[in-house]
Amino acid sequence: MSFINYSSREINCKIVYYGPGLCGKTTNLQYIYANTNQNAKGKMISLATETERTLFFDFLPLSLGEIRGFKTRFHLYTVPGQVFYDASRKLILKGVDGVVFVADSQVERTEANVESVENLRTNLAEQGYDLDKIPYVIQYNKRDLPNAAPFDELRGLLNPRGVPDFEAIAPKGDGVYDTLKAIARLILTELKKGT
Amino acid sequence: MQPQMVMYDEEFQQISAVCERLAREANAKIVFLVDKNGQLIASVGATQDLDTTSLASLTAGNIAATGGLAKLIGEKEFSILFHEGERDNLHISVIGGRVILVVIFDTRSSLGLVRLRVKKASDELNKIFDGLLKKVQVPGAGSPFAEITDDDIDNLFSE
Ligand SMILES: Nc1nc2c(ncn2[C@@H]2O[C@H](COP(=O)(O)OP(=O)(O)OP(=O)(O)O)[C@@H](O)[C@H]2O)c(=O)[nH]1
Ligand SMILES: [Mg+2]
Repeated sequence: MSFINYSSREINCKIVYYGPGLCGKTTNLQYIYANTNQNAKGKMISLATETERTLFFDFLPLSLGEIRGFKTRFHLYTVPGQVFYDASRKLILKGVDGVVFVADSQVERTEANVESVENLRTNLAEQGYDLDKIPYVIQYNKRDLPNAAPFDELRGLLNPRGVPDFEAIAPKGDGVYDTLKAIARLILTELKKGT
Repeated sequence: MQPQMVMYDEEFQQISAVCERLAREANAKIVFLVDKNGQLIASVGATQDLDTTSLASLTAGNIAATGGLAKLIGEKEFSILFHEGERDNLHISVIGGRVILVVIFDTRSSLGLVRLRVKKASDELNKIFDGLLKKVQVPGAGSPFAEITDDDIDNLFSE
C-alpha cells in the first residue's frame, strides 16, 4: 500500500518481484542497482543463503524523480522462489502496490512457472488482493538460453489477461528497465484513479 | 487490505515531538518509527551515519517474520522484541497493531527505563495515528495524484 507523505512531499510504493526459484528475480535487482545513479538509489539488502539463494528477501530503494512536487520512491523487493519458503513469500506480499512476475523461459521450467503464478494468486487473495486487478507485469527471462520456449507459447500460457510483458536477459539488462518502468507506470496510474 | 497510509505535516510534527521526548527521557541514541510495510515515518537522534531506509525495511521484515512465528504457535503477535548487543541494544515494539517503534540505546540507559518510556510514548502515538486515520477516511481527502496526467508519468521516465 503506497504511503503518501505530505510532510516530506514523498510518495512511497512497493513493488514485488515474484517467480519460481532461480528465474532471475535477484539478478533483476542487481542489474538495476549496478546501473542506477548513485543519488537515485539506496543500499541493496540481500538476505540470502550461503549459496546465494534468496532466503527472505532482497530490498532496493529507488527514487524515480518528481511528479507535481512529490518525490516518487519505489521499494523493490524479491521473494524467495523456492517452493518451501512460502511463509516468507506471504509476508513480503503484504502492502504490495504492484507485482512483476519473472518467468524462467526454459522449457523444463514451464510447470514451475505455472505453479508459481498460481501460488501468487493464492497468496495475494489471502491478503485481499485480486491478481486480475492489481498492477501486474510479466517478464520472460533467460531468452538467451537455447532451451528457451517460444515467446508466443509462454505468453499464451502465462498472460491470458494481456498485461504488459517483456522478454529479458537479466544479467545483460535486456528488458530489465522496460519491466520496471511498466510496473511503475501502472502503479502511478492506479494512484491517479485514487482508489 | 490495509488502508492507504498518509502523513500530514501537522501529525508529522506531533509524532516527531513524541519521538524527541522519548529519546531524551529514555536516554536513547536513536528513536525511529516505521510502518509495517517498511517505510520510514520519522527518526530522531544520531541518525546521520545510519542507513535509516535499510533499517526501516529490515525492522519491518523482522516484525513480519516474528509475527509469522507467533501465528504458528497460536500467539497473536509478539508486540515487543529486544535484541541485546555488545554495545547497543534494540527495543522494538508494535504500536496499535500498525506502526513499529524502534529505540536504540546503550549503557547510558537500561531496558527498564526504555520500557517505561516507550509505554507512555506508545499511548500518545496511538492517539495521533487514530486521528490520522479518521482524517484520511474523510471523503474528498483526495489524493494529490488525482490530477496527474499521462504526460506527467511519461516525463518521469524520459531521460
Ligand atoms: N543465462 C541466463 N542466466 C540467468 C538469467 N537471469 C538470471 N540468470 C542466472 O540464474 C541464476 C539464478 O538467478 P537469481 O537471480 O539468483 O534467481 P532468483 O529468482 O533470485 O532465485 P531465488 O532467490 O532462489 O528465488 C543466476 O546464476 C543468474 O546468473 C538470464 O537471463 N540468462
Ligand atoms: Mg533471489
